[in-house]
Amino acid sequence: MAQLEVRELNFYYGFTQILKGINFSLEEGKIIGIVGPSGGGKTTILKLCANLLDVTEGEIQNSFSRSSVAFQDPRLLPWKTSLENIMMPLHVKMKERELQEKATALALKFGLDKSDLIKYPKDLSGGMRQRVSFARALILEPELLFLDEPFSALDIGLKKELQGFVLEACEKQKMSVLLITHDLMEAIKLCDTILLLKSDPGEIVARYTIETPQKERDDALMFERTKAFLEETLIREIFEIKVGA
Amino acid sequence: MKFLAKVIKDFPWFLWSGWGSIASIFLFLAVWEMGFQTYGELILPSPKTVFEVMGTLLRDASFHTDVYLTVKRGLIGFSVSLLLGSVLGLTAGYFVTASVMSRPIVTVLVGIPPIAWIVLAMIWFGLGDMTVMFTVVIASFPIVFTGALQGSRTIEGELKEMMESFHIGFLQKVRDLYFPHLFSYLFPSWISALGMSWKIVIMAELLSSSDGIGASLAVARSHLDTPLALALVSAIIGVLFFIEYVVLEPMKREIESWRN
Repeated sequence: MAQLEVRELNFYYGFTQILKGINFSLEEGKIIGIVGPSGGGKTTILKLCANLLDVTEGEIQNSFSRSSVAFQDPRLLPWKTSLENIMMPLHVKMKERELQEKATALALKFGLDKSDLIKYPKDLSGGMRQRVSFARALILEPELLFLDEPFSALDIGLKKELQGFVLEACEKQKMSVLLITHDLMEAIKLCDTILLLKSDPGEIVARYTIETPQKERDDALMFERTKAFLEETLIREIFEIKVGA
Repeated sequence: MKFLAKVIKDFPWFLWSGWGSIASIFLFLAVWEMGFQTYGELILPSPKTVFEVMGTLLRDASFHTDVYLTVKRGLIGFSVSLLLGSVLGLTAGYFVTASVMSRPIVTVLVGIPPIAWIVLAMIWFGLGDMTVMFTVVIASFPIVFTGALQGSRTIEGELKEMMESFHIGFLQKVRDLYFPHLFSYLFPSWISALGMSWKIVIMAELLSSSDGIGASLAVARSHLDTPLALALVSAIIGVLFFIEYVVLEPMKREIESWRN
């Protein structure tokens, strides 16, 4: 079974230690969320796992065959239309016509209009751009999807919709997800395991497992769990929440 | 091919959108006519006279050779500076040291007025083709160089990272990221360099050559032949208009439609 395994990972920028002794493993079809305050090295973990940074100390073993990343900002190529942007990852690997059909179907599923497909990113709204970015990440049918706070700039409706697509792909295609977020509620909604990362240096200080299947997590459960989390001293310390605030 | 078809298809619309410019040209002609009526034939001949002179010019074989010579010199100079500027600029942009070191040199090159270069070129190369082309190259090179330098300095790290996250091969990276990005910097710099070349070639010819449009302009000046001088200037502007609005602008619109 494919998995992503991270062992004793340390990372430095110059003399500053960013990450210290990171250990976790991500199994097929599971979602792991890394939660922590901004600037704590969350994105660094993701970049190391996605092979966008070189591992200097420790070990990352990735036996998933395909992976893709959805970034916090959409990162679309400004000189390509929405459809061309979605097609980009598979451009050399598939026949143009088939690819075009596949990309169109995916784009429509993600709530883009036919007329949006020929537009350039500058003519799309922020939400539309993020849809395109998601479609681009999912057209590869990745076995492992890296999400770097991709929901943080979206409105509630769109957030829910895109989260739904991620959960669907996890269930149907056994896709695994490494989610980076600073939003506890989001992590509680999506993740099987939540890793709590403290900053300076980034270190995993707690692991929580949520047994309830994602489909059965309703608002009541989420609020309850979030409340319980927020009452924990550890979380209060890490997020620097003032007592009584 | 598809691209060319689109350019041609959009062309009538582009022309139709030109009514505003046409109106402003006619307004300019009217002011010119007013100047003629105030100051007289010697100072400012009427547009009508000038266009008549231009008509005879256009039928004159020696004028054709002049135009040919000027265009040839301008184009050779422009091509050399385009090639040199693009290649050197892109390379310089690739290395941090080279880009830091080249900045003051470019500032010096831009700062020296073209007229000074003409004087130097006349000393180095004597009177003739070489002087003219050298001046064109030296004047338009920095424009292309700066464009290319900025282009290769500003390749976005974020987009590059995105491409890497999808394991995109080098060739596709060149086609989908590097080329469009660099081109978006190079193309405008080529256009300004072309305009610059055209102006410099006339000036250099006026001072250092015995043939070409610039030289004819010098002759017109020495004969105090104002209508001929103005006819030549109008011809020069006509060529510039043609290149700018009929060749470059539609291309630019098509190529840069993704821009804000």
